[in-house]
Amino acid sequence: MLAKRIIPCLDVLNGQTVKGVNFINIREAGDPVELGAVYAQQGADELVYLDITASVEKRGTFAELVKKVARTLNIPFTVGGGIRNAEDVARLLDAGADKISINTAAVNNPELIGILANRFGSQCVVVAIDTKFSEKGDIVYIHGGRTPTKRITRVWAREVAERGAGEILLTSMDHDGTKNGFALDITRELAEGLPIPVIASGGAGTKDHFIDVFKKGKADAALAASVFHFGEIPIPELKQYLKQNDIEVRL
Amino acid sequence: MKIAVIKYNAGNIHSVRLALQRLNVEPVVTDDIETIESADKVIFPGVGEASSAMANIRQSGIASLIPRLTQPVLGICLGLQLMCRDSEENVSECLGIFNTAVRRFPPENKVPHMGWNRIYDLKGGLFKNIEEGEYVYFVHSYYGELDPLTTATTKYIIPFSAAMQRDNFFAVQFHPEKSGRVGEQILRNFLNL
Repeated sequence: MLAKRIIPCLDVLNGQTVKGVNFINIREAGDPVELGAVYAQQGADELVYLDITASVEKRGTFAELVKKVARTLNIPFTVGGGIRNAEDVARLLDAGADKISINTAAVNNPELIGILANRFGSQCVVVAIDTKFSEKGDIVYIHGGRTPTKRITRVWAREVAERGAGEILLTSMDHDGTKNGFALDITRELAEGLPIPVIASGGAGTKDHFIDVFKKGKADAALAASVFHFGEIPIPELKQYLKQNDIEVRL
Repeated sequence: MKIAVIKYNAGNIHSVRLALQRLNVEPVVTDDIETIESADKVIFPGVGEASSAMANIRQSGIASLIPRLTQPVLGICLGLQLMCRDSEENVSECLGIFNTAVRRFPPENKVPHMGWNRIYDLKGGLFKNIEEGEYVYFVHSYYGELDPLTTATTKYIIPFSAAMQRDNFFAVQFHPEKSGRVGEQILRNFLNL
């Protein structure tokens, strides 16, 4: 049976990992390559590197970093943040990334999804969707969650799948940072309703939240940042706990 | 030891090279027939679409070269599929090293089969020191059917060939270059054949 995946997310600013990391020494914690290697060794199934560098000029730093990560890691990794077109994607895949993640660019130009799927294969095209609940239901946000759109999350998610995305990374903005658990309803709706895998993100605070997102949310994978970075939930312990609760994981 | 990685119009060639470098082996990535012929071992990687890949290696002469090779050859992912008889991905004739059909997964579950899954019924030198039921990383929508030459089996929707072997020809559907320490051991086993 296909294992449920545990995916730590590393935010990268000017080539350095951000968000405090206190389970390994500071030198390694700031280095995205070394931190990624530690996660891989602990049993992470994949990694996501998100470039949050604001200035376009400094984006070259990120491509250099991707090369170093590709040389070091022996598990798959996805990169995202600021990708606008097929040339950006080609550069990152050439640098050694296994998958790329697009968000705002996909909303602004949905045809980009199909272009990327045709040129590079669906398997490397992840579409990230930031969703927030409102009176109108679950709505898609762009620009790192700063700008609401008129798109309904479930409608957009289906369109994304039909246009050729290989995977959806669904982040609930209502849950992100709360540590109160993942957004189970919308995750389940997409994970059960779509023909592609759904990675749930936002809200992980305890090991039981991961059980819930797999059992109730039906997610294919769960992504988290701070609970791993701060050592609140060590990955080996989490995976043991999931296995004890009859969730298929790679140990 | 000279390791040739066959270069053609498919993805993941770069990641196979990096994985070999992590094992302190510097491969030659090449489409040159003589270089491939004279290598001690040959890796035939690939991620992509079968019919365009097949057309590409026919044109370059690699399609007629591969079945003639006598040194150990390792096909990875699309490499395995192209080493089969034919493929539902629009190819009526593949390399025919394995007399097996490549089919698309029925849409009873999510396709592609993407992520970590277990390998069973392991046979042959490629799986030396690998335990039954280990996890490896897969990304594929098509699979090789089970066959007497199957050397590892995985189940996703249905059981399929995770690995095959005929004489000096080895092939794996999963990505050893992305399968953590298990994948590294499998690559090391190939290098030590």
